[in-house]
Amino acid sequence: MEHHTMNLTLKVWRQKNSSDSGHFETYDVKDISSEMSFLEMFDVLNERLIAEGKDPIAFDHDCREGICGMCSMYINGRPHGPWHANTTCQLHMRAYKDGDTIVVEPWRAKSFPVIKDLVVDRTAFDRIIQAGGYISVNTGNAVDANSIPIEKDKADLAFANAACIGCGACVAACKNSSAMLFVSAKVSHLALLPQGDPERKSRVINMIAQMDKEGFGGCTNTGACEAVCPKEISITNIARLNNEYIKAGLTVDK
Amino acid sequence: MKWSEFFTSSIGKKLVMALTGVFLISFLVVHAGINACIFADLFDPNDNGEMFNRAAHFMGSSVVIRIMEVGLFIGFIIHIVQGFAVEAKNLGRRGKGYQVNLGNKGSKWYSRTMGLFGTLLFLFLVMHISQFWYASRIAHDLPEASYDPLQHDLFSRMVEVFSHPFIVVLYVLGCFSLAWHLMHGFQSAFRTLGVHNNRYLHLIRGFGIGFSILIPVLFALMPVSIYFGWIGQD
Amino acid sequence: MLNAKIPGGPLDQKWTYYKGHCNLVNPANKRKLEVIIIGTGLAGASAAASLGELGYKVKAFCFQDSPRRAHSIAAQGGINAAKNYQNDGDSVFRLFYDTIKGGDYRAREGNVHRLAEVSANIIDQCVAQGVPFAREYGGLLSNRSFGGTQVQRTFYAAGQTGQQLLIGAYQALERQVALGNVKMYSRHEMLDIVMIDGKARGIIARNLVTGELERHFGHAVLLCSGGYGNVFYLSTNAMGSNVTAAWKAHKKGAYFGNPCFTQIHPTCIPVSGDHQSKLTLMSESLRNDGRIWVPKQKGDTRKPNEIPEEERDYYLERRYPAFGNLVPRDVASRAAKERCDAGYGVGSSRQAVYLDYAKAIERYGLGECSKLGIEDPTPEQVREHGVNVVKEKYGNLFDMYEKITGENPYEVPMRIYPAVHYTMGGLWVDYELMTNVPGLYALGEANFSDHGANRLGASALMQGLADGYFVIPYTIGNYLSNDIRTAAIPTSHQAFVDTEKAVQDRIDRLMNIKGAKTVESFHKRLGKIMWDKCGMARNAAGLQEAIEEIRQLKKEFWSNLRIPGGIKEMNPELDKANRVADFIELGELMCIDALQRNESCGGHFREESQTEEGEAKRDDNNFQYVAAWELKGEGNWELHREDLVFEVAKPSQRSYK
Repeated sequence: MEHHTMNLTLKVWRQKNSSDSGHFETYDVKDISSEMSFLEMFDVLNERLIAEGKDPIAFDHDCREGICGMCSMYINGRPHGPWHANTTCQLHMRAYKDGDTIVVEPWRAKSFPVIKDLVVDRTAFDRIIQAGGYISVNTGNAVDANSIPIEKDKADLAFANAACIGCGACVAACKNSSAMLFVSAKVSHLALLPQGDPERKSRVINMIAQMDKEGFGGCTNTGACEAVCPKEISITNIARLNNEYIKAGLTVDK
Repeated sequence: MKWSEFFTSSIGKKLVMALTGVFLISFLVVHAGINACIFADLFDPNDNGEMFNRAAHFMGSSVVIRIMEVGLFIGFIIHIVQGFAVEAKNLGRRGKGYQVNLGNKGSKWYSRTMGLFGTLLFLFLVMHISQFWYASRIAHDLPEASYDPLQHDLFSRMVEVFSHPFIVVLYVLGCFSLAWHLMHGFQSAFRTLGVHNNRYLHLIRGFGIGFSILIPVLFALMPVSIYFGWIGQD
Repeated sequence: MLNAKIPGGPLDQKWTYYKGHCNLVNPANKRKLEVIIIGTGLAGASAAASLGELGYKVKAFCFQDSPRRAHSIAAQGGINAAKNYQNDGDSVFRLFYDTIKGGDYRAREGNVHRLAEVSANIIDQCVAQGVPFAREYGGLLSNRSFGGTQVQRTFYAAGQTGQQLLIGAYQALERQVALGNVKMYSRHEMLDIVMIDGKARGIIARNLVTGELERHFGHAVLLCSGGYGNVFYLSTNAMGSNVTAAWKAHKKGAYFGNPCFTQIHPTCIPVSGDHQSKLTLMSESLRNDGRIWVPKQKGDTRKPNEIPEEERDYYLERRYPAFGNLVPRDVASRAAKERCDAGYGVGSSRQAVYLDYAKAIERYGLGECSKLGIEDPTPEQVREHGVNVVKEKYGNLFDMYEKITGENPYEVPMRIYPAVHYTMGGLWVDYELMTNVPGLYALGEANFSDHGANRLGASALMQGLADGYFVIPYTIGNYLSNDIRTAAIPTSHQAFVDTEKAVQDRIDRLMNIKGAKTVESFHKRLGKIMWDKCGMARNAAGLQEAIEEIRQLKKEFWSNLRIPGGIKEMNPELDKANRVADFIELGELMCIDALQRNESCGGHFREESQTEEGEAKRDDNNFQYVAAWELKGEGNWELHREDLVFEVAKPSQRSYK
């Protein structure tokens, strides 16, 4: 692969801790290889900041192969940067050219408070899962795996929804800071499978109640979540979620 | 789950928006249909709004329709109040905003401006109601219809109102707002109601776009036609 | 003498016997017993969920922001289970045998057989949890084959099997959190074990957001903290994966088993430059359909598509006709290194080989065309249909390759090179998964137990879940049944105070070095030493040099490190420094272990011990044991041997020819 180097200007959100008001700082980074990943560019910048006796930029990251869902930068107005179906860690500097200015912000939502710099607190997602994003089956209770045949298309669709990595880009992109795509992916994953059927109603009701309690907004079907989702979770799931919720809400007995 | 919990959850609230929205959409069809009676003048130069006046009289005199009218007002009020409440709440979810916004990279601009166009439509509605509905149903200050002194000549009020270019422009802008509001609202309402089959969603989207163009164009043609004298009382 | 506590009786009865005779804890007592679990990957999350379900009071810790981020999530290919759904001759015994053989006869028979026995239950459990494994059109589960085996026993969910399994375990864990049985501590890192009366009784953890140290009591402590591949700096592990929890246990007396056994995975995306922070694996499943080759001509600079068929060397198919491209990972990795070292490597760095899908695309394309009834298909038609099939099977992997390299793998062969992937070594544990420190357990990749000197593909997920779902719930009861009268020890106990102080002192010491070099720079240097001298091929001279260099590096680290920021705040550099300090010490032990094991086995290749054809040569007479190292003082270890006895799977020289 042909590669080249570039000089860039970064405008990065700096915030010492959750009570600090925060501000943007501008950095010039030089000789960035087009083969670097976006986070490797941050590594380079951080090494320099440490050498200069400054505080490096804190950002969340772990697997760096687009699957753990930990990285979370809002890059030039788009969660995870310009590439389609991509995470920040998989964004490579080929996407930029010499002289570009890149603005990097944390996920912004009241339910995702900033902890430091670009690091935000996404434990609200865990609490939504705790409200019902599971199938209640204790270890050892299972029947033979092949005793329940599942239509391939349904299994595939359940898988496509289970592919959600819980990164929160949907919330970051949504004008209402709604977590509906995240919730709908989990509800759909479990509602599409026969194993999920016994808890179908309580699951959707409780997960939505928790989502509301966490302070996420409502969905207005703009589709921004779907456009930025690194795992291409379809917004159609939100319609399915609505369907599940309405059915459950109208038919539960208590 | 209590009913109150159901209807005040984030999905319950938008379900209310969707149900009232679909109801108002069905009203638009009736409204556009009745108003389109003025175009009878194009085909019968002697009509002079008679067909329209008769239809309007029927709408104003039938008890059933009058009861439905109450429902319509309730629908409007719920849709508007709930709309403002939901929009205000949603806007407050972000906290500190972004320096650079996602904008059209993620969604259609008109899907993000439901609140704005809704507000414009609300203002339009206030003007529109005071010009016609108030006159015909409350004030009763309309002239008698030529064919029956017991009926109002609402058409003559139209001709009068739409003789002012400024009003005509306001009406056309109102129709623009309606078109963009429907462009998103129509298909969004069905998604909220839980239609998630992709084949049906495609149909609904296509139909919604057609509807969102056709109905506002039809509405807009009325003040325009009258202003330019394509139809009128001679 | 090390006692592995393997139950008596025939191999296939041991686990049944154990389960029937181990001590139990009654439900009322379970509520009084507290268990600490470090790490929330497959082993940790499944253990936390299962123990919570049983009624124990569990505290689970992870350094990430959510338990769902643990690196098990990145496993791609699949999970093995002896289900024999394909009717191709699989059985518990075969899975057991393949695993022992694949591990080059350096694993314990008892543990491995148990693993094979519970493998089928894992699949059942996961399906019941809603894990969406791939299915056939009839609605039943689909399988694929993996390296080192001749049956199809691998269950998978596209290229994201680890993610799906982890999400299943994570959901089960979160359910227990909701029920109040598990308390979750995310963004917490364990920094020491608290020992009271010779037993593990708690931990000191650092809250990574506030920087505060916290004391936590537990009747037992489970380390499910994963492997230590990041000692090489560049590996397929996550950036945060570290040895710290295991190393602290080692410092408190737990033996470290076979530290030099490292798996180098053959199909990773090659290094592109000095800036590289981690390496990315391309699933082994790609070797099912892809063909690996290099040019026959040395230093060939032509583009891959310009090199005609007869000038390509499909070296795996040539050297190992029976298994071809599906030889075990260690064999495939060494073969790639051999070709590159001999000057046949490709790409700008010359440190890569081709993984070619052109043939597979053609084969699948022809199949599809005949299915669709297209007679005399044009090459374009064949290609189009073939690409579609490959896309469905491996699409996400191909996309990932393109994102990282900027090359389209449907058009040009992928370039791959081996990279550090997994560590078979780890804390020494007995049959019950307990280290030699009472009350201290190690599960999953953190222990040394089941994979011997080389792990077969799709076996890591199996082991992590086996340990957490089906082994620890039984074995921990056997220990805790003696503890039902032990009330929770208040964390004001002197042992907690002292241990916390020691942790605090070390943090202060690190912060006060105030030198000039960054943690990252030390980590990189350590990685280079390890990769060059304790990597795919090792020799005595190199290892001795490495030990010296690491000792030097350690001195420099403790005198010239710079950590910015403060202690009582979020400080990722301090977190990293804590980890790298431990990696440096581990690196030394790995070299010492590699040096004493003067044989080649599995992933451990000593250049002194090879056949004339350059294949690994094992030395069963002298090295058929587990090397368990006890730390005696700084840079001073004592070797304990656990002799391996093979009653059923008689050792033979592995051959994949």
